Amino acid sequence: MTALIQIRELSKTYRRGNQPVPVLLGIDLEIAEGDYVSLMGPSGSGKSTLLNLIAGIDKPSSGTLLIGGIDIAALGENELAAWRAANVGFVFQFYNLMPVLNAFENVELPLLLTNLSKAERREHVEVALAMVGLADRMDHHPNELSGGQQQRVAIARALITDPTLIVADEPTGDLDRTSADDVLNLLDRLNGELGKTIVMVTHDPKCAARARRRVHLEKGVLLADADAEH
Amino acid sequence: MLAGYVLRLAGKNMLRHRLRTGLTLAGIAIAIVSFGLLRTVVDSWYAGAELGAAGRLVTRNAASLSFSLPVTYAERIRRAPGVRAVTWASWFGGIYIDEKHFFSQLAVDASSYLNLYPEYLLSPEQSAAFQHDRRGAVVGRKLAAKYGFKIGDTVPLQGTLFPGNWSFVVRGIYRGADDKTDENQFLVHWDYVNETIKNTLPAQAERVGAFIVDIREPTQAAAVSAAIDSSFRNSLAETRTETQKAFQLGFIALVDTILLAIQTVAYVVVLIIMAVMANTMAMAARERTREYATLKALGFRDGFVAMLILGESLSLSLAGGALGILLTYPAANAFHSATRDLFLIFQVQPLTVLLQLAAALLIGVSAALAPMLSSRRVQIVDGLRAVT
Repeated sequence: MTALIQIRELSKTYRRGNQPVPVLLGIDLEIAEGDYVSLMGPSGSGKSTLLNLIAGIDKPSSGTLLIGGIDIAALGENELAAWRAANVGFVFQFYNLMPVLNAFENVELPLLLTNLSKAERREHVEVALAMVGLADRMDHHPNELSGGQQQRVAIARALITDPTLIVADEPTGDLDRTSADDVLNLLDRLNGELGKTIVMVTHDPKCAARARRRVHLEKGVLLADADAEH
Repeated sequence: MLAGYVLRLAGKNMLRHRLRTGLTLAGIAIAIVSFGLLRTVVDSWYAGAELGAAGRLVTRNAASLSFSLPVTYAERIRRAPGVRAVTWASWFGGIYIDEKHFFSQLAVDASSYLNLYPEYLLSPEQSAAFQHDRRGAVVGRKLAAKYGFKIGDTVPLQGTLFPGNWSFVVRGIYRGADDKTDENQFLVHWDYVNETIKNTLPAQAERVGAFIVDIREPTQAAAVSAAIDSSFRNSLAETRTETQKAFQLGFIALVDTILLAIQTVAYVVVLIIMAVMANTMAMAARERTREYATLKALGFRDGFVAMLILGESLSLSLAGGALGILLTYPAANAFHSATRDLFLIFQVQPLTVLLQLAAALLIGVSAALAPMLSSRRVQIVDGLRAVT
């Protein structure tokens, strides 16, 4: 498989006041298209920072970050926003749904940045919501859905634009075991059936075990890279 | 497509905290009503001046309004080029019951005054009755209604400028030709007053407060005024002639500072609600930091988020403004009912409504500015971490 994500000597340093705080130190990593990777490590290891860089919502301090051959660190704000809209699906720990929008409208959100007609958007949203098993919950607002259902809506939103890459930050962190399994099953399907490349940050070893490949970070350094039979 | 979506989403966001939105709307509406009422108060002061007919001039003593002129000036004024007719009036200033029951009383030349005021509509019978009774009086409809004056009633007045106890008999009740005509006047015979004071106050006899001059061509007002004034130059009592509107504005100039204060308060009210609204929007935007960061992560640009904030702020301020404008009319009617003696007319002018709308717009835009800039500055990763 060709590498979708190519990371070379990637570093990230934040500033706290005048004090530089290094978070990632010279990361080298390649992730193949269609792969399913979990990023693991203790708090402060830099796994979420690495995920944010891969998702294009943060910029590296140095190093190279190519996604699909595009150096996303070199893109301007607006180009980067357009790139994210077309190429990345986001799944957050706390779902990050718009509370004033119902499930249908939340899933439809990313499609507003496309040229699809209203009828086409409706068709896409209905398919996505059916795929996550929430066809009968379209009119429900987030506060009328359980945590697991909200995360499934978020997954439908993540896949609605048919992105190459799905990034998930602790997608089961706020869920009970059953709901977490449902969400992980869904991610399995997105990877297995639709061929989506998934990069997932998790603390949970059971959750990480669902990925094909587990990458460990500690203190900003890549420690180990283990392939798993899936 | 996105603009429509921004408005819908802004509308939905507005309803998230119904109590907060309701209180903010009420605050904006009250501010806009206050602004409208205060402006209408100022407008109404000036409206009196607007009522003066363009074809009428007023000639008074050049030294001051408090000095009178000899009644003999009437003939010379009548001979001035462009003058069609002349009449005169003096401020009577009597007290009815006590000082609290103030109304305007003028001693007028009965034979000519009403001819120059065709907007005072009086039946020929009542007009004749007034002419024939030297103690007669003509009363405006609103004033008669207020005090229950009827034809034949005797109205006692205690003189101030013209000492003594006076009594006048109501011989006519006029109504205004339109709703802008003053219906609160009390007109008595100058002849009667003049004859009486010849004994008690001889120095004030044969003198009048001002001449009212009807001219043939309103566009010639300046020339006629100059001609009249020049004919009295170097006399014992020089004159100052101006249009009736300018004459009324001269009175208003006496309370200019008060009007300026009222106008200032009107704008301060708007400034206060701008600060309150800015706080509301800052609070709302701060609560939604994570949502805005999520939108940006999904690919929406900073401008979209800024428009979302502006849309919500404008929806709130314009809704409050519209409510305020609608409420201004009944509030103005209630205010006018309570202050009928003070204001002849009290109408909300179209310019006031426009200014109210502009104020609402300004409130919305200014309240959105800080949150818009702040949302632009917040990095996506920081926004996603925000605790809301």
